[in-house]
Amino acid sequence: MGLFLAQLLTGLANAGALFMVASGLSLIFGVTRIVNFAHGSFYMLGAYVGWTLMQVLPGMVGFWGAILLAGIIVGLIGVIVEICVLRPVYSAPELFQLVATFGVILVIQDLTLMIWGAEDLLGPRAPGLKGIVRIMDEPVPQYDLALIAITPFVAFALWYLITKTRVGILVRAATQDREMVGALGVNQSWLFTGVFFLGCALAGLGGAVQLPKGGADLLMDFNILTSVFVVVVIGGMGSLPGAYLAAVIISVLNVFGVSYMPKSTLVLMFLVMVVVLMFRPFGLFGKEEVAGEHGQVGEPERPIKPAGLPVRLLVAVGLVLLGLIPILGSNFTEVLATDILIFCLFAASLHFMLGMGGLVSFGHAAFFGGGAYVAALFVTYAHTPMELALILAPLGAGLAAVIIGWVCLRSTGVYFAMLTLAFAQLLWSLVFQWGDITGGDDGLVNIWPSAWASSNTVFFYLTLVICAGGILLLRHAAHSPFGYALRAARDSARQAEAMGINTKRIQWVAFAFAGAMAGVAGGLFVFSKGSVFPNELEIARSFDALIVVFLGGVKTLSGGWVGGASFEAVKDYLTRFEYWRLALGLLIIGVVILAPEGIVGSLRKLGERLGVLNTGEDKR
Amino acid sequence: MLELKAVNAFYGKAHVLNNLSFEVGRGKVVALLGRNGAGKTTTMKSIMQMIQPRGGKVTYQGQDITGWAPHRVAKAGLGYVPEERRIFTQLTVLENLEVGRQPAREGCVTWTEDMLFDLFPNLAERRGNRGKALSGGEQQMLTIARTLMGNPALVLLDEPSEGIAPVIVEQMANVILQLKHEGLTVLLSEQNLHFAQAVADSVVIIESGTQKFAGSLTELQENPEIRDAYLSV
Repeated sequence: MGLFLAQLLTGLANAGALFMVASGLSLIFGVTRIVNFAHGSFYMLGAYVGWTLMQVLPGMVGFWGAILLAGIIVGLIGVIVEICVLRPVYSAPELFQLVATFGVILVIQDLTLMIWGAEDLLGPRAPGLKGIVRIMDEPVPQYDLALIAITPFVAFALWYLITKTRVGILVRAATQDREMVGALGVNQSWLFTGVFFLGCALAGLGGAVQLPKGGADLLMDFNILTSVFVVVVIGGMGSLPGAYLAAVIISVLNVFGVSYMPKSTLVLMFLVMVVVLMFRPFGLFGKEEVAGEHGQVGEPERPIKPAGLPVRLLVAVGLVLLGLIPILGSNFTEVLATDILIFCLFAASLHFMLGMGGLVSFGHAAFFGGGAYVAALFVTYAHTPMELALILAPLGAGLAAVIIGWVCLRSTGVYFAMLTLAFAQLLWSLVFQWGDITGGDDGLVNIWPSAWASSNTVFFYLTLVICAGGILLLRHAAHSPFGYALRAARDSARQAEAMGINTKRIQWVAFAFAGAMAGVAGGLFVFSKGSVFPNELEIARSFDALIVVFLGGVKTLSGGWVGGASFEAVKDYLTRFEYWRLALGLLIIGVVILAPEGIVGSLRKLGERLGVLNTGEDKR
Repeated sequence: MLELKAVNAFYGKAHVLNNLSFEVGRGKVVALLGRNGAGKTTTMKSIMQMIQPRGGKVTYQGQDITGWAPHRVAKAGLGYVPEERRIFTQLTVLENLEVGRQPAREGCVTWTEDMLFDLFPNLAERRGNRGKALSGGEQQMLTIARTLMGNPALVLLDEPSEGIAPVIVEQMANVILQLKHEGLTVLLSEQNLHFAQAVADSVVIIESGTQKFAGSLTELQENPEIRDAYLSV
């Protein structure tokens, strides 16, 4: 009983930081509609800034003052980010901004590394609260009790701000219809900036307040991000009580999971989330999203057309040039080109789902890594030959996509995105924690191509044929009746339904198809590397694909593979430098600001302006 | 007080407003008439700069407001009542009013919640209810009340009679007359000619984004062929 209570208290104490970070994320999303991927980075900054302040400020007042100051400083950093990075791209297509926030993650990672170094920092203990209290003979840290007592006050203050003050009323109004709030004389820019300050300050506060328990390290940003997404989704986007309850559930669950089911702690969290969303698709306290109530935002989508003869010729020439790489290039270019081709197919498969289907998945790595693991497992345990494994990879990934898609498509919009992320993380934690079979962190190694394809050159040609074929197949699907139905479902689900299109089924098929194609890429990937590790299933992998699709251009047919090729090539070059993340992050932010329609979209605009391309309008 | 000079507006490549030019005099009620899809809402939004006109000029009290941000236009004293109402359904009636609140403006009525509840008695008893619990007529009243909280000098009323019960339409007409009596200038868009006749001093008729007629009500009465050609009566 005593142990049970003590664990419950630990869980409650851990919930504090999680709640602060999650409520900040949910607040920012509610008003700006931006899923702030960088929220974990602000949490990390809060920890580092708080740590430095605690070295300087003495005593109890200094300790708590440092926490508050860390919150304010991180809030101000958030304001800088909002003004410099996000303001220029608010008018860009929906969700494009999240690519910018991903750039921010990379920049903050490297800046933190530069300033504080790579060593983990041990958090100082709170003056006056260093001891333990014995509750039913179990030791409970005094600081835990302090946290349990403080969190409700933070929650109450936040609740009061949101429900009782004019600012709160404006925030809630803007969450529903920000254009109308503007038409009533409220300057949205300042509202956005204010909300960003508050949200980031909460994240910073969360980071600083957990210092005595967890310290500061460079992996904090991604580590908290998943839990925060899960909390926000379980609680319901935009609900403070929901965020608090969910933070408690998740934290308590984690504490108990560690003691009773140490091998499945990570999986547990996602299972809870899936179960909650099965019964309440918008979270415990969430309200149904009324997206698109006022019609389509921004300019209408430009219709896509089958490629004309010049484009076909261009593609043919491009393929021939690619085919010449082994003759003209070195061994290194061959391997690099193989990597790029595989990544292009992966990106193109996400692009199909996202661009054509409007289904924004945050967890597409599940199918890339999934395909890779299916192939690797068969090779390792059944000694399956490469040819068969390459077929089994997409089958396995496709099957996973059928199941995951069935669950995820029950919700829409950001909930859909979060669910896909959760499933990817679920797969990742399964692979990571089920070490006996999957090798865990050590991965699966010694998976090589069949003898005939074992030379770099032959494998390159094999990859070229399969990837080019896959991309052309995706393109073909976009022009098929199925592709038309899919785009109809994207642009206006209701009208499509009224025309007799079963939109959910169409989207489900698209989800499975995209998953299978990602599986093809994953299968090829294993054999090109000879090994696979859990990081192929990680969030970062999913984000890579997302960035590439957005940078390439969501609204253009070739956005996926063009983005994939440029990103992978640039990344290959940049990773040779020490602070490559900083450079890549700045580059991403730069592209986002300068080319909000993506590389292909912006090039086409340029081409149209110069008169090289026709405008795509049918002349009547 | 408000003047449009050759205003052109586009949705993407679709040309929606074509060289629209008319004036709204201080203290007047002008009705902008036209069928569905004629461009009435676009005109309203172009005045508010919620759609940026491409070409042409919108001047308000002698100031060129083209290209301003909508919140700046609202702060200058233009109040917008959208056709789709767009009340904040998750907020209570009182909170909806709070969103619209602006500081007092010289030469304009300074509205308080109580004055608005006098104007719309139905809302008074609903003050604690959330927007989503209101009926269509009540929502329409709330939209107008919310805009009045900004103490506007000129109100843009987009189809106030659309989709509400006849008895409330009548109430709306009375409210508009009362607002005019208080010195407010009103630009009102309508499909319902009878409603316009009851409240307006003059009319502007548009069809496919092009201006077809501008003049007083009597002039319109003297030209029934215009009425028959461009309005569905």
